[in-house]
Amino acid sequence: MIEHLPALMIAVPLFGAFIAPIFKKHYKGVSIWAIIITGITVILSLLLAKEVVTGGIMIYVFGADKPTLVLPSGYSVPIRIMFEVDAMGAFMAISATLMSFVGALYSYSHVEKETGLEKYYSLLMLLEVGILGMVLTGDLFNLFVFLEIAGIAGSALVGFRNYRGEASEAGIKYLIVSAVASLMVLFAIGILYGQYGNLNLAYIARNISLNLVDMIALGLLFTSFAMKCGAVPMHYWVPDAYTEVPAGINPPLLVATYASLYALFRVSFTLFANIVVDLARVGWIMSILGVLTMFIGVTMALVQKDVKRLMSYHAISQTGYMLLGVGVGLTVLHDPSKLAEFGRDAMAGGVFHIINHIIYKSLLLMTAGALFYVTGTRNLNEMGGLARKMPVTTISFMVGAAAISGLPPFNGFASKLLIYETSYRLNPLLTVFAMVTSVLTLASFVKVFASAFLGPPLEKFENTKEVPRPMIIAMIILAALCIIFGLFPNIVLDKLVYPAVDALINFAQYHSWGGLA
Amino acid sequence: MNGSIFVNFPFIVVAVLLALGFYTIGFKRNLIKVVIGVEILEGAVNMFIVALGYVKGGYAPIYTQAPPEAVGKMVLPTPQALTLTSIVIGVAVTALMLAFAVNIYRHYGTLDVTKIRRLRG
Repeated sequence: MIEHLPALMIAVPLFGAFIAPIFKKHYKGVSIWAIIITGITVILSLLLAKEVVTGGIMIYVFGADKPTLVLPSGYSVPIRIMFEVDAMGAFMAISATLMSFVGALYSYSHVEKETGLEKYYSLLMLLEVGILGMVLTGDLFNLFVFLEIAGIAGSALVGFRNYRGEASEAGIKYLIVSAVASLMVLFAIGILYGQYGNLNLAYIARNISLNLVDMIALGLLFTSFAMKCGAVPMHYWVPDAYTEVPAGINPPLLVATYASLYALFRVSFTLFANIVVDLARVGWIMSILGVLTMFIGVTMALVQKDVKRLMSYHAISQTGYMLLGVGVGLTVLHDPSKLAEFGRDAMAGGVFHIINHIIYKSLLLMTAGALFYVTGTRNLNEMGGLARKMPVTTISFMVGAAAISGLPPFNGFASKLLIYETSYRLNPLLTVFAMVTSVLTLASFVKVFASAFLGPPLEKFENTKEVPRPMIIAMIILAALCIIFGLFPNIVLDKLVYPAVDALINFAQYHSWGGLA
Repeated sequence: MNGSIFVNFPFIVVAVLLALGFYTIGFKRNLIKVVIGVEILEGAVNMFIVALGYVKGGYAPIYTQAPPEAVGKMVLPTPQALTLTSIVIGVAVTALMLAFAVNIYRHYGTLDVTKIRRLRG
């Protein structure tokens, strides 16, 4: 069974997604079904990660028992679709399944009053399939297909509340961005296919020679994935989409965004890793893009009044940290002494920040969803004095806000410290911007805390109660993860993050699968 | 005709279509026209991929019952398979975009993208 894990990771949620419409009108049933299916995928992803970390890269070939099978004519190129799971892919898979599970759990109460829930859960699981496919595949065209699946399912969920015009507005924005981005990815895939006659990532990466056409392909892939992961200047869809989507979908949607970030890393580290000369330049572009993203994101967050919109701008800003961390690593990838000195740690910081950010930002967006659930508004000026009424939400919010601002002992501190220390070695100016951003983040969350939770109790919220139990459990799981990751960062770093970083650095290993020379 | 300048003709069309698609998405105010722009882009990309695998005077890549002169002159099948997949995905994307457009028209009473701006700031 173990050798079929990569396929099961896709098959199980896909099965769940297509069974879900059968539960028409049985909304309790379909919620529980989604929780069960996403729960099973969490277990599968943990098994997969264990297998990959101990046993090395896993290759799964569809339609053959071994990847080395070649054409009858003896022309030895990989001809089948295959999944290639390394530690980085397994790391992203864990994030995806965990967040889908938490999202399904939270949705149980959060959307219970809406209609059409069988489609909602079906799309949730399809979104999960899209993310998992993107992070597990070793085939470029497959990457495009799953990118589109995630894009379509994601934008349909953004527009889920179709009685609100704003939801459709956000949905079509997200869909146009993702359609254009994926079409450009397909164009780049066409360019690469035209030259190397293959779609296998490892095969192309080994044969790549940076001529002019390859540079166009690299540029197209880089911009499209940067566009889809919400980097400045293509960030405008992020706040709209995150604000309008039901809060239970926020966690998987965040992971979908970072699956594009993963694809960006995969392209720059694996596909174009053999190009020694120009990679430092790509790394610098990535770092500067990261700094711009974090700074512009946070300055726009400061002026927001809508609580979810404010948090969405912070999501943009935090993406900048990941780009910065990994960009610093990419800059020194071909310089072994500097790589060992600070490059590896910088990448560890960036990659660790992905999972940390997914956890605390989901937590924060869920507390915003809880505020919306009890007050019916997202406007900060209309809230106040909710701390006494909603103790668990308040504490979860405090944990999340402390984590995003990088206060010890929460998880945001662990990864941000790694990024500060290492980006300082490349250029101190990068660190200055990163730290200023962190301070501004704290400032804007103090504002949210003061206006929503503190202050005199308002009369209109006299009868509000704490949110229902499934929402509380989902928030407590994430808050606990924030604290655990913050208190014991070594365990997570050693078990998950450093294997993932090493998988990116040792690109030769990814290229040399299956022994097909 | 292989080797002459006309071999590149499909790629010139692709470039023109790409420019046209981006222009439509960027400068047209009607939402339906923006959707058409995305469709033009998709057509350009599909045509690019099909043109990559095309051999002038080539045969369909079916080995059974192929005439003897077809050997070595078959059209590459993979790009066509890719394009089929991409067309199917494109239909789903278009359907969803048009559904959003219908819903937006219902709530906003307009399809002018400069007026569909309730989400801002």
